[in-house]
Amino acid sequence: MARQVTSARTVREAPRVRLMNGAQVLMEALRRQGVEVIFGHPGGASLPIYDAIYDHDTIRHVLCRHEQVAAHAAVGYARASGRVGVCTATSGPGATNLVTGITDAMMDSVPIVAITGQVARPVIGNDAFQEADVTGITMPITKWNTLVMDPRDIPRTIPEAFHIARTGRPGPVLVDIPRDVSQELFEPTWPEEVAIPGYRVVTDGSPNQIAAAAQALSAAERPLVYAGGGIISAEATPELTAFADRTGIPIVLTLMGKGAIDEHHRACLGMVGMHGSAYANWAINDADVILAVGVRFDDRVTGRLADFAPRARFIHIDIDPAEIGKNKPAHIPIVGDAKRVLAQLVPKVQPPQIEAWWRQIDEWRRAQPFRYRQGEDRISHQYVCDLLDRLTGGEAIVTTDVGQHQMWAAQWYRPRGPRRFITSGGLGAMGFGFPAAFGAKVARPDAQVIAVVGDGGFMMTLQDLGTAAEHGLSLPIIILNNNALGMVRQWQTFFYRGRLSSSLLRNPDFAKLAEVFGCRGIRVERPEQVEPALREALATEGRPCVVDVLCDPEENCLPMIPSGQSVKDMILDD
Amino acid sequence: MRDSHAATISVLVRNQPGVLVRVAGLIRRRGVNIHSLSVGPTEDPSISRMTIVVDTPPERTESFAKQLRKLVEVLRATAIDGGSTVDRELALIKVNATPGTRMEIMEIANVFRANVVDLTERTMTLEVTGRGEKIDAIVSLLAKHGIREIARTGQVTLVRGAQNT
Repeated sequence: MARQVTSARTVREAPRVRLMNGAQVLMEALRRQGVEVIFGHPGGASLPIYDAIYDHDTIRHVLCRHEQVAAHAAVGYARASGRVGVCTATSGPGATNLVTGITDAMMDSVPIVAITGQVARPVIGNDAFQEADVTGITMPITKWNTLVMDPRDIPRTIPEAFHIARTGRPGPVLVDIPRDVSQELFEPTWPEEVAIPGYRVVTDGSPNQIAAAAQALSAAERPLVYAGGGIISAEATPELTAFADRTGIPIVLTLMGKGAIDEHHRACLGMVGMHGSAYANWAINDADVILAVGVRFDDRVTGRLADFAPRARFIHIDIDPAEIGKNKPAHIPIVGDAKRVLAQLVPKVQPPQIEAWWRQIDEWRRAQPFRYRQGEDRISHQYVCDLLDRLTGGEAIVTTDVGQHQMWAAQWYRPRGPRRFITSGGLGAMGFGFPAAFGAKVARPDAQVIAVVGDGGFMMTLQDLGTAAEHGLSLPIIILNNNALGMVRQWQTFFYRGRLSSSLLRNPDFAKLAEVFGCRGIRVERPEQVEPALREALATEGRPCVVDVLCDPEENCLPMIPSGQSVKDMILDD
Repeated sequence: MRDSHAATISVLVRNQPGVLVRVAGLIRRRGVNIHSLSVGPTEDPSISRMTIVVDTPPERTESFAKQLRKLVEVLRATAIDGGSTVDRELALIKVNATPGTRMEIMEIANVFRANVVDLTERTMTLEVTGRGEKIDAIVSLLAKHGIREIARTGQVTLVRGAQNT
């Protein structure tokens, strides 16, 4: 007996055996994935994880005041940098607060990994304190999720989570870790590589299909590229630009595709869809061959599907086979990575004869540009966005919230390249803009990051002004303040006989509020104050600067194709 | 029982906790009704086969199979397009049977090659295997005797010949 005890102790104390607890193994696994920052908020079930974070050498934790902010910040981080964003929350309410941010990442194909604490294994299923079935809740809103029931799985599960999040069509992955799994001591073994049966990604396009696409484009009279967020995820901007330079074929962008090509490029017609430019929508309506790349034919682009691009044959390139033919049949489907497929396609396309097509497009552009009225006593939201575009030259990273200001920012801000326009596209989650800017600034501290928000959305997550101030982030936050839920107000004006049901807001003085949080605050009431205030905000170092711009409360966002209608129903002027 | 929109999808999945919920959840959130879903292990114990009969128009079935393939646990999802297949379902049917009606029920059972698997003074339980239509037919013939309970497995399907399902 005594001898056995002695030998057991000898084994434990052998120098080659290094016991770690699950949380320490988790942190080591994250470090091996190149993680440098985690956005999160602690709680009971994640205490072991936070203990492992406490004195970690390389991974920094950013304490957000609400888990929703942590998730949006992880998205902002990922979209600004192209790396996987990481957020963490405790079990139950912590995890459920992540849900909006995870859903946003799912809809917009953003690679994030969410680590959640879970109650200890013996009490799972017992309605324990702060227990929620988080893998169940997040099943439809994650690309993949898993509950880790054995700490020895952590060294394998974390690389799998990151691999799934960032490859193929990117998306959110959630890893749920019970508290006792985080605490258990063991000696980890690290697998050499990730092998997930059943998870395959097709990256190269079929050569035959690419040849067919090249032929269709070369012979087209009115060709058009309809490019989306897939270009940005695939880092395919150089290939798209090469395509435009070689072929001269005009390009329209989705909201998610903004910046997929320098929007000052002559071939770029800007945003298409419900609030896109009239000329982009007219072009898509008249096109005979459309090269759709990294897009999903979202209803905000297509309106009534039957009337969308009625004269066109579609070439559809996407890495997700399920997107091809989902909403609109593709005549030439190509499954593959946008970067690789475009690289294969570019040399094969003969520049088509499209001078007449360009004359038509230029005529449309002259006839119906974006325009706004800036009076002496009113501040146009669009003027502020236009000014921001001119002051930054399209080089800044602009994030937006959701609503009218989002569409105006999308119309007027013309990014010079990818990862410079970050918005909640698919989910349309109010409260996104400021946290996303926060995450983007953490990812790219040397870049000019600007949040453009509305008063309604900003109110949803502004508690984290304290976090941004604490971290000394030079972050201008421009509020296009119309004391209203502007887009709701606009729809009520147009479609509900002006019955403004719960769409007008009584707001605090945001500039004063900012000061209380340790930020700078500037209130702008007159048109001539706008430019000096924006310049000051852009130059403010070491803390966020909130510019509260009191804009025209009546301004409507146009052009507009009403929901479920088509180009011919487009509303051009008030 | 089945309408003209019924389509069969055969799905091979990694045998892991929650995989049934993932598949069923995806079907639900894509707005499709499940007629039947049967699941069991395959020749490889780490892999299960689900045979799902869903209510989708034929032109949507492949697109639906594509959504299923996106689940990490799904190894293969095949939309069975009406080619040559073997489809089977098993049903247990408990029917009222008195000494006076037993012979008639036995005759019906013989025609459908159903086995009598339980017999009491007042009931008889038949086991019948076949395509869904065959089971529907025997059920309708037995109806006049008073069916007490039915348990059906749902359809299982394999493609005929050397080709994999």
